[in-house]
Amino acid sequence: MESSTNQAKSVQLMIQQNKRKKNVRKTTESLIPTFLLISAVISVLTTVGIFFTLLRESIVFFTEVSFAEFFLSAHWSPWTGSFGVLSLIAGTLLITLIAIAVALPLGFASAVYLSEYATPRTRRVIKPVLEVLAGIPTVVYGFFALTFVTPILQSLIPGLLVFNALSAGIVVGIMIVPMIASLSEDAMNAVPNSLREGALAMGATKLETTFKVVVPAALSGIVASVVLGISRAIGETMIVTIAAGASPNLTFNPLESIQTLTSFIVQGATGDTSFGSTIYYSIYAVGMTLFVFTFAMNLLSQYIVRKFKEDY
Amino acid sequence: MASKETASTAKRIKGRVTLNKGLKYLFLVATLVGLVFLALLIYRVLTQGIGYLGVDFLTSFPAPFPEEAGFLAGIMGSVFLMLLTAPIAVILGVSTALYLEEYAAKNRFTRFIQVNVQNLAGVPSIVFGLLGLTFFVYLFGMGYTLIAGALTMSLLILPVIVVASQEAIRSVPNDLREASTGMGASKWQTIWTIVLPASVPGILTGSILALSRAIGETAPLIVVGAATTIYSIPDSLLANYTAMPIQIYSWIIRPQPEWQFVAGAGIIVLLVILLAMNAIAVWVRNKFQHRY
Repeated sequence: MESSTNQAKSVQLMIQQNKRKKNVRKTTESLIPTFLLISAVISVLTTVGIFFTLLRESIVFFTEVSFAEFFLSAHWSPWTGSFGVLSLIAGTLLITLIAIAVALPLGFASAVYLSEYATPRTRRVIKPVLEVLAGIPTVVYGFFALTFVTPILQSLIPGLLVFNALSAGIVVGIMIVPMIASLSEDAMNAVPNSLREGALAMGATKLETTFKVVVPAALSGIVASVVLGISRAIGETMIVTIAAGASPNLTFNPLESIQTLTSFIVQGATGDTSFGSTIYYSIYAVGMTLFVFTFAMNLLSQYIVRKFKEDY
Repeated sequence: MASKETASTAKRIKGRVTLNKGLKYLFLVATLVGLVFLALLIYRVLTQGIGYLGVDFLTSFPAPFPEEAGFLAGIMGSVFLMLLTAPIAVILGVSTALYLEEYAAKNRFTRFIQVNVQNLAGVPSIVFGLLGLTFFVYLFGMGYTLIAGALTMSLLILPVIVVASQEAIRSVPNDLREASTGMGASKWQTIWTIVLPASVPGILTGSILALSRAIGETAPLIVVGAATTIYSIPDSLLANYTAMPIQIYSWIIRPQPEWQFVAGAGIIVLLVILLAMNAIAVWVRNKFQHRY
């Protein structure tokens, strides 16, 4: 008799314990989405933080240096008090132009070869090796530009300076080849085979099929990849810091030494810049300029993909 | 008359076919340019650096003479940096991916987070350095310390890990989730015991690749104040530190040509470590990849 009441009690206890356990589980279960949401919000906060720092420090900068001087003057010499960002923008544009002149033909041709001409086996070998090229640290590219590409260029072009835009631009171009190649190839691969077969059946050669059918159909993806490549070239830092020099120059002569937006930020951050000085704030104003350029390019590339996407 | 026309057509066809063949080789050559460039780069680094690479180089601190310079501070700095960066970035990245894939409602806010992650991936790394400089170095008062560098690096690689984890989580088929829920498991139990284990290979591969990007990053670390000459291994979160690419950069920019060889030796070490990390990533992907 007594043992059965005991049993009943222990069963009750068990039920209670079980309930408590369930409750604990329920609360943790309900807390988890909140925790995950907080993590997701951190990525948003990062963007907000980037906007906030760039904007706040740039505003301080513009109380000391006028807007007009920054954007209209071409003389950049922060240590003597001249802040004309045009020469840095010109340096960045020059590097980007050279890089795209190298990367667009090479990247596009690689994509055409890999997507249209290569056998599956060749493709399996070449593609990963191209991806290795994308994984090499930019400081290594900088080393290569300075100690290998520049001497070769100097022997071809007498009088070429040790630090010059040409060498840095070429190497930046090589760096973005894998990106353009891989994204363009993805776009061409997405073109359905029936279109190719249709063209081939009409008697077109492979080349004609590629340029009159495949490339037009994949054009949005190809253009988007090039725009992304431009954005990457604008933001590239170490290659230009090492190989292009540190002389702000409003020039479009690739044989001269220049300075880009990014390499000034490195110079400003490594020199004996004290916190709160005008030079310190100028780093952020230059960073803001850089950010606006790359952000615009990224949005443009996304827009092209979204707007001109072909659906099959 | 007719035979003349056939002849000209045959000629035209021949021309088109030749053009096709010729351009095929042109495309191949263009593809090979990238590969030749890679081969030259590796050859150049090896011939420049191998003479200075030795046990002494790996086990000693920087020195004023190229023959005595060592890479130990850089190697250990990078190791500690990655030991801190990896858990922060992976936990945040996987949590974000889980939220987006498993919990988030399909609304504007979710799309906003998604677009935001995409855009963050396209921000130049040096801008992340500026973010770290304002927030971690000055605002939070961390100064030029290991933890400030690690936090900056974590934010830098976060978008890459989020995207990779999302893909891995998305590739787990819904049947598995439904079976688990059908057996009475709660949502989190399903995620923890079914979804996450199934997506670990993808997450791990993505994370290792993201870390191998971080280990070669130079610019943001320069901005958040990684030092170039350090004679110790970091012993706390608030220690000064250097990293492999920073050390290499400081050697490259010295005017005396002997330092280029030291830089070459450093680059060999960095590339070997990167190669090892990539090999591990490929191995993980092949070994643990499920096909449903």
